Amino acid sequence: MEVNDNFIYTKEHEWASIEDNIVTVGISDYAQESLGDITFVELPAKDDEIDQFGDLASVESVKAASDIFSPMSGKIVEVNNDLEVEPGLINKSPYENGWIAKIEISDPEEASNLMTADEYRKFLESEG
Amino acid sequence: MIEKITLKKTPLYESHIALSAKMVDFGGWEMPVQYEGILAEYKYTREQATLFDISHMGEFIVEGDCVESGLDSLLTMSVSDMPIKSCRYGCMLNEDGGVIDDLIVFREDKDKWFLVVNSATTEKDKEHVKSRLSSKACFKDVSESTAKLDLQGPRSREILSSFVDDVSKLDYYTFDYFQLLGENVIISRTGYTGELGYEIYYPADKVKVLWNALLEDGKVKPAGLGARDVLRLEMGYSLYGHELGEDVSPLESGLSRFVDLNKNFIGKDVITRQKQEGLKRKIVGFVSSSRRSPRAEQKIYAEDKEIGVVTSGTFSPEMERGIGLGFVLTEHADRDNKILFGNENKREEAVVSSKLFYKRGSLKK
Repeated sequence: MEVNDNFIYTKEHEWASIEDNIVTVGISDYAQESLGDITFVELPAKDDEIDQFGDLASVESVKAASDIFSPMSGKIVEVNNDLEVEPGLINKSPYENGWIAKIEISDPEEASNLMTADEYRKFLESEG
Repeated sequence: MIEKITLKKTPLYESHIALSAKMVDFGGWEMPVQYEGILAEYKYTREQATLFDISHMGEFIVEGDCVESGLDSLLTMSVSDMPIKSCRYGCMLNEDGGVIDDLIVFREDKDKWFLVVNSATTEKDKEHVKSRLSSKACFKDVSESTAKLDLQGPRSREILSSFVDDVSKLDYYTFDYFQLLGENVIISRTGYTGELGYEIYYPADKVKVLWNALLEDGKVKPAGLGARDVLRLEMGYSLYGHELGEDVSPLESGLSRFVDLNKNFIGKDVITRQKQEGLKRKIVGFVSSSRRSPRAEQKIYAEDKEIGVVTSGTFSPEMERGIGLGFVLTEHADRDNKILFGNENKREEAVVSSKLFYKRGSLKK
């Protein structure tokens, strides 16, 4: 299971990549593997205000639906519309083409609530 | 303390683990839900051929005249007119007309019957059948010693023909005995996918050899219960515990053509009355307006009014939309009716449709 060294992670298996005041969000390789083939993504609307660990999106696989939570608070500035036609991008490329949304960060301090890549790797091991 | 329930395993459990299958609890059995991935296995079944381990299903042998033995009165379909070496689908009902199980009956000889029943209901079915058979019948549960492999897909005939002489002679819903890797076994032309396919009843202690042989040259890939569920849903086939159950009548499930009211069977009174009075609810197919898929137990609405419940749902690769089966009140069951599925907070639009979502299968080719 690949963990991208440059990102930080939530316990719900979302990743966050911070550049200046914008955070890009997606789900980890572990998450996409557990979900299986993703067939539908419900994206947030642009300009939506989102809380840290609040509802961001939902994804459906053939078998089940799952909620995706936001790693940080802020305002949605961009969503990955490619996922509407090709939800499987999340399976193929969870850390790049399968990104879900970009959020304008309201509180940079919140990043300290997330795990580093090393911490996330240990977390995955402890989860078994 | 949490009691750990030991799941039953088929004789191919080790083989599934070796193939890195994702295993799940399916009605008390630890079964492969997927190997490579549900959509890939689905596609390979529709276009090539896949192999399913269905050894968890139950098999009984009943010997005796079909009427004198009591077998005929257990079944909604007529069996006395079945040709030898043919198969017939139908139901066993309780006194209230509810479905104890759906099953396939094979007529092996004039007075010899092979019954294939669902896995989670095997024990219940066995008690029911034994308690109703007369002293003139001989009953044997051969579930333990019988493994079952389903080879399904448009290329299944060509592939199986390289192992078995003459298998191409089998018509839809017939069976025969064949020499297969040194064993004399039943192979039927039946399945649960909507594609041309065969079901092989093989000795449990030797089935690993057959599994490996069929997968060896790579023309056949293994497929799990996840793909099987998508395949059967696209055909509108009922799944026990979802569209069928003890509180559901076969008429409500749309199985009236497997219920013969010209014969006697347990539950017939209630079924006859239902037919006269009309049904309050019935199972319909429906197509989501998007890729969002219905899920079992979600509610079905007409505008704001709750009118039913989803019994099965999935994403359909054929329709590129969510599809489902569910109970709705009869007045809402007409084709093209607009409905919604979901819960209190989130609902998706859908349209009532035929239960046959996949119309270009190789089933009868």
